[in-house]
Amino acid sequence: MTILGISAFYHDSAAAIIQDGEVLAAAQEERFTRIKHDASFPVNAIKFCLQYAGRSLNDLDAVVFYEKPFLKFERLLETYYAFAPKGLRSFLLSMPVWIKEKLFLKKIIRDELNTIEKTDKRKLKLLFPEHHLSHAASAFYVSPFEKAAILTIDGVGEWSTASICMGEGNKITVLKELNFPHSPGLLYSAFTYYCGFKVNSGEYKLMGLAPYGNPHDVQVKKFVELIKKHLVSLNEDGSIFLHQQYFNYATGSRMVDDAQWEKLFGIPKRKPESLPEQSYCNLALAVQQVTEEIVLNMAREAKKITGADYLCMAGGVALNSVANGKIHDAGLFKQLFIQPAAGDAGGALGAACAGYYIYFGRERKIDPAKMDALQGAYLGADYADQDVLMMSRKYNAPYKHFDDEDELLSKTARLIATGAVIGWHQGRMEFGPRALGARSILADARDGEMQKKVNEKIKFRESFRPFAPVVLMEDVSDYFEHDDVSPYMLLVKPVKKNRQIAFPDNFQSKGLLDKLYYQRSDIPAVTHVDYSARLQTVHKETNRRLWKLLQAFKRYTGYSVMINTSFNVRGEPIVNTPEDAYRCFMRTRMDYLVIGDFIFDKKDQPEWKEKEDWQKEFSLD
Amino acid sequence: MEFLKDLWSYIRGRRKWWLLPLIIILLLIGLLIVLGGTSIAPFIYTLF
Repeated sequence: MTILGISAFYHDSAAAIIQDGEVLAAAQEERFTRIKHDASFPVNAIKFCLQYAGRSLNDLDAVVFYEKPFLKFERLLETYYAFAPKGLRSFLLSMPVWIKEKLFLKKIIRDELNTIEKTDKRKLKLLFPEHHLSHAASAFYVSPFEKAAILTIDGVGEWSTASICMGEGNKITVLKELNFPHSPGLLYSAFTYYCGFKVNSGEYKLMGLAPYGNPHDVQVKKFVELIKKHLVSLNEDGSIFLHQQYFNYATGSRMVDDAQWEKLFGIPKRKPESLPEQSYCNLALAVQQVTEEIVLNMAREAKKITGADYLCMAGGVALNSVANGKIHDAGLFKQLFIQPAAGDAGGALGAACAGYYIYFGRERKIDPAKMDALQGAYLGADYADQDVLMMSRKYNAPYKHFDDEDELLSKTARLIATGAVIGWHQGRMEFGPRALGARSILADARDGEMQKKVNEKIKFRESFRPFAPVVLMEDVSDYFEHDDVSPYMLLVKPVKKNRQIAFPDNFQSKGLLDKLYYQRSDIPAVTHVDYSARLQTVHKETNRRLWKLLQAFKRYTGYSVMINTSFNVRGEPIVNTPEDAYRCFMRTRMDYLVIGDFIFDKKDQPEWKEKEDWQKEFSLD
Repeated sequence: MEFLKDLWSYIRGRRKWWLLPLIIILLLIGLLIVLGGTSIAPFIYTLF
């Protein structure tokens, strides 16, 4: 039985295909179209999934879309009705789009599929599970647990903004739901907006900004009090209530009422691209603390009503790795599984799983030898030597080919150890927003200057943003206060105490850049200003080549940890093909590009010329 | 036709009968907008 899952038309469209319970392939459309967060129907991702599975559309048992359009329309109508006459303008703007297009989603999907291949309308089954059920399915069915609590938290699907479910065998039972407009995701997005970042893409920047806040500052405490008093009420059962007089998202196009927020917090909405002042760092810290409390309350409630030993998580808020770290620290569950494509892209995977296990009722088999059913999230496209050679001919790009893998990895490890920044393109592309060592930029974490160099000269992004470490699973407890797996870079933990370098007494009063360039540990480039790190453990079973590279690096330096950041520049989707990788490599100050068994040395490459300013190609995220 | 069947099963399943007149009116307005852009337009306008 083969099932295709699709998510589309909001943000981060994607496709995933499962066959007889095995996840064969999954990919986001943005990686093919090169448009960040591309929401269009994922034609390219679907073609890739079908090709990988060796199936045509007419071979499929079902195509499953990740949410229910009628239910979403119902929420819109009821929301407009509840807030009327407020929201009339928004109502008049949105209704024509719904009446002309979105209500007829089934037809749109069929028409789009027909552009890929003529399908038989009577034979091809189209299914529509609920948004949060798709999220829950995306986490539970690929997890290693026979029985687990499931917590999904995001902005909003149809009505649900969060849910607690129980997964057992091939069944998922929804136990509790929190409904729109009360949403932890939208609360966080409101602050993302107010702190000058883009909603739906800048949330992780806000999370990265929070550690620059001063936890001892009375302003942070005051902000937390104001948030809890005026914006959100936290209830004992894990639910929340957002006081709508301060928000605008239910009926307008902005997240919040700017004037009311300025009056409340005493600071105006931050101008995008300016260096964040301390008060915005403090505000980011305050909302991060409140979000952690909300998420932790929900996890406690999930434990209370399910009594489960394990927890699975998905939904956009599950990408808040700091909050995830707090759940891990609380020790409520024996083990956590956080689905790496936790946002809406992962809805495609969940939709396919929901079709297979819930609609068709197929038996679920767990392979105890595997960490989970996601193969390390390496579910995207792979490229052969021939593709690399074609690319090198197109650009007259000289390279060195290595027949011996150990030699290739020794050379790469030596280059990183001597300060080179490496573009690393290996095997199948990752599914989800994080680069996990298949399409990554790698560099030496011991170098204090590396964070500045990679941020400003290679990624062209804000200097305050931290980098995440990759570390050998076997050595994780040598570097971090953590002794468990974290294969998807979704847990934030402190750097080991004995590696931390104490801050001077006046550290908290220093400016953002002074804090940033202070040597914080012996692996400063991956140690954030609060000593935390968003770590990824590397496993021999899922990424043997990166695991071996870290072993080689350890032989040269004594360290089995490196910087791992996504292989792209700001505003660009992570690279997919060897050509994407070479283009990105040549546009930036990366020193070497390693694709498969080939190494491209920047010094040997012909001069890179482009007709137009390539930086205009990508809008800032 | 498939759309109307799906719409009916949704309304029945969710027991949201009060939404039915609202959706019908919105759909009729939508139909009017769509048909207003075609050669049938002059015949529609004479109705009003």
